[in-house]
Amino acid sequence: MAQERKFKIGKPILEVKNISLSFGGVKAITDTSFDVLEHEVRAIIGPNGAGKSSMLNCINGIYKPQQGTVSFKGQQITNITPNIMAQMGLSRTFQNLALFKRMSVLDNILVGRKLHTKTNFLEVAFQLPKVKKEEKENRDRSEEIISFLEIEDIKDTPVGKLPYGLQKKVELGRALATDSSVILLDEPMAGMNVEEKRDMCRFILKVNDELGTTMVLIEHDMGVVMDISDRVVVLDYGKVIGDGTPDEVRSNQKVIDAYLGVEH
Amino acid sequence: MMKPVFMTYTKKDLINLAVCMVLSVLVIPTFITTEYWYTSILIPWLCLALATIGQQIVMGYTGQLALGAAGFMAAGAFAMFNLILRVPDLGFVGSLIVSGLIAAAFGILFGLPSLKVRGIYLMVATLASQFFIIWMIDKFGWFKNYDSSGIITAQDIVILGKPFTTPLAMYFVCLAVTTVLTLLAMNMARGSTGRNWMAVRDMDIAAESMGVSLLRTKVQAFAISAFYCGVAGALFAFCYLKSLEPVAFDIKLSFKILFMCILGGLGTINGAFIGAAFILLFPVLLNAIGNNVFHGAIDATIISSIEQVIFGGLMIIFMIYEPLGMAKLWENIKQKWKTKFPTMNIKNLTSSIGKKS
Repeated sequence: MAQERKFKIGKPILEVKNISLSFGGVKAITDTSFDVLEHEVRAIIGPNGAGKSSMLNCINGIYKPQQGTVSFKGQQITNITPNIMAQMGLSRTFQNLALFKRMSVLDNILVGRKLHTKTNFLEVAFQLPKVKKEEKENRDRSEEIISFLEIEDIKDTPVGKLPYGLQKKVELGRALATDSSVILLDEPMAGMNVEEKRDMCRFILKVNDELGTTMVLIEHDMGVVMDISDRVVVLDYGKVIGDGTPDEVRSNQKVIDAYLGVEH
Repeated sequence: MMKPVFMTYTKKDLINLAVCMVLSVLVIPTFITTEYWYTSILIPWLCLALATIGQQIVMGYTGQLALGAAGFMAAGAFAMFNLILRVPDLGFVGSLIVSGLIAAAFGILFGLPSLKVRGIYLMVATLASQFFIIWMIDKFGWFKNYDSSGIITAQDIVILGKPFTTPLAMYFVCLAVTTVLTLLAMNMARGSTGRNWMAVRDMDIAAESMGVSLLRTKVQAFAISAFYCGVAGALFAFCYLKSLEPVAFDIKLSFKILFMCILGGLGTINGAFIGAAFILLFPVLLNAIGNNVFHGAIDATIISSIEQVIFGGLMIIFMIYEPLGMAKLWENIKQKWKTKFPTMNIKNLTSSIGKKS
């Protein structure tokens, strides 16, 4: 990228060391390590069943790896839970969409503002002035995100009624609303057509560019990944088989074999 | 979306509120003079609607299948009795709040299983509250002030030195408490608290990833729900039954409240009132039909059986065709009316166009 970046890529913000995860006898991830630098777009790619989503779930605390450590912002985190990671500034989206289906788009995004909501239920029940102030701030921020993602016209629609591509956008919006420093995107472009994919890429780059948010994304589509990411890590059968800039990864023989298949 | 005019309420809400208040404070007391309506319909309606709001909070909003509202009602009712008896300085309103808080403590205790089990299994686990609270009251004579008769007469309601003993006065007591608690529930449901509840209901893993603590949200919902049930139970005993007996708060009442919640519409506050009205009024209507149309030719026991059959049938029909209950049905009717007669909304239309430009 010839263009000067507003947020220069800095030190490692997220480090994954020697993670091993197995479900019973099935090894999902074996001794995997990689890092994510501040303000970069980092992609995790690999064929089906390579352990990409499991990796994100380990970072986010949904799965507990049997071995290995996760360090975030220079701090090694023991006993990771999704809640602790959210509080530390790591947000995520899910592969199979995990939106609040019966709530409107705006309400979904407002839930993302949870960590910026300090008032308790009694204060909410009695609608104290500070609740109104906080609610207004959260709503303003959510509206900003909604116009940033260009979904103003659907903001009052229940999410369950939206088409898939829009739901993915809403999920990105909800993750953005947390104002996290790192966002994990689990297949943000799965099931989208070319146009929607291009749109999504634009948003991911725009977020990274304007807000400096570090993006970690999982994607199947090699073309897309190579275009937007700074560095790529390739997993196959739960192991890292390549790690580097898109160009380095592209010329890596192991990666080519994993994707195209090789004669044994 | 309409802009809130006052607090979280839109203009439409305020109009609705005003209509309800005029109806309940002015119209009903002027036109309904028979005691029967107050003692047998309006007072239990308000009390049960309040308990149903409690059930809505835990089941409709937070999505935790809980069954045991009557247990918390019993806790509230007997707490009220003992507070008035032993701590008379608290006064009626103070006792009502404290008995709600005692019920809330039970709510927290019996809500804890929700962290580990869900769905139908949670329902079974929460049944414990129903049986445990009733058993506790029966077992330890202290709760009944060692009364041997089994049925204790509730003390008279005295607020600020004034007795509230006529049906109309008791109706106003119930109305005031229900109105205040309904407004508070609406504030919570529409604010950040309600969003957390619904997030846990719709997708708990995503809610947790957004920083919503499942433990806190679920326990909070159980506590608030039990508070509402406790206050409702105290009013139910003191204004409607005028006596205290554990049998009045049996599992049947819990099921009744569950039906009110489901038929009224899960996840709606107004559904609590609609559901409670339907379940209370329907038997009255059936009896009236039996007496006036068939002139008593149908046996009363058959009528009450028919009632059960119809409730059961309606539950199934609603679960299949309109899981969001009567509140949603009402919304749909309004929507159809609006599309049929668009001229009626010209005022709204022009004002919304004005806002956009």
